[in-house]
Amino acid sequence: MGLLTNLRDSITRVTDRLFADDEPKRIGIYGPPNAGKTTLANRIARDWTGDAVGPESHIPHETRRARRKENVEIERNGKTVTIDIVDTPGVTTKVDYKEFLDHDMEKEDAVKRSREATEGVAEAMHWLREDVDGVIYVLDSTTDPFTQVNTMLIGIIESQDLPVLIFANKVDLDDADVKRIADAFPQHETVPLSALEGDNMDEVYEKIAEYFG
Amino acid sequence: MSEATAPDDGDGVRIDLISGGRMEGLTSMEKIRLILDSVRDGDIVVLEAGLSPEEESKLIEVTMTEISPDDFSGIEIETYPSSQQPNQGLVGRLLGKEETAKKLTVIGPANQIETLHKDEDLISALVSRK
Repeated sequence: MGLLTNLRDSITRVTDRLFADDEPKRIGIYGPPNAGKTTLANRIARDWTGDAVGPESHIPHETRRARRKENVEIERNGKTVTIDIVDTPGVTTKVDYKEFLDHDMEKEDAVKRSREATEGVAEAMHWLREDVDGVIYVLDSTTDPFTQVNTMLIGIIESQDLPVLIFANKVDLDDADVKRIADAFPQHETVPLSALEGDNMDEVYEKIAEYFG
Repeated sequence: MSEATAPDDGDGVRIDLISGGRMEGLTSMEKIRLILDSVRDGDIVVLEAGLSPEEESKLIEVTMTEISPDDFSGIEIETYPSSQQPNQGLVGRLLGKEETAKKLTVIGPANQIETLHKDEDLISALVSRK
């Protein structure tokens, strides 16, 4: 890509963001599989619109295609922010249909699930470069955050200059360790929560209004 | 990689160590093709200079489009140092300069490479023959 084309694209992107204040911000919910992205998306959508975004499951890649909940109006501290929530499939660099066979799935269904999952991840990566205004990055606070996918994804988000909030989910579980997540990504604010139990959602909404308003 | 002439006797795992200089002259898609073609052949690729965030994003995207049952299940990738990339100024970003941090990156087929240990200055991986 030439210098002028780069310059033009960059300026277009910056001006698009500056003058798009009236439009709902598209906030992508990203993170590894099974971190609780859909549970969080559903919690936010139910709290503010009464509807869910999509089904939740303990089986990896339950969310195979990005789902969008539009015009979610969140009000906090006298400030109202309207966002479109984009719940994305868990980002990974590998998908093996055989892992689904462990969840009592027939081969045909497992292959279909893996095909849909790979299409969904590819789409989510494309959208991250082109189509989101901010990112909620969800991590499971009971697992090690120092994975290559997390490091890469946070680096990609930073390179796009997107505002990002890191949510340390599943704090209701005994082995949750929020500090480990905060230490892994000290350059970003980490908000602890349990999307399943609804713990600390007040702070979650405060931060969403603050970061994406 | 087309230039390589090592015999392929089917008994071993090939490791391509690619210099930063060689990657410098390639477009993003050429880099991704070079990596994925090698990895799909069962080789391990070690990049001296790593990839930019945009290229990493495209690598994941293209990898996903090539995964197929019983053939290719994706990639395993590890990078060090794991420290954050240097911040780039606004002017640099406006001009589209994508600085690739100097970071050694190991990429291999997901069904053949497994990371055993990783810290700031060591990546320990187990590579199996398929």
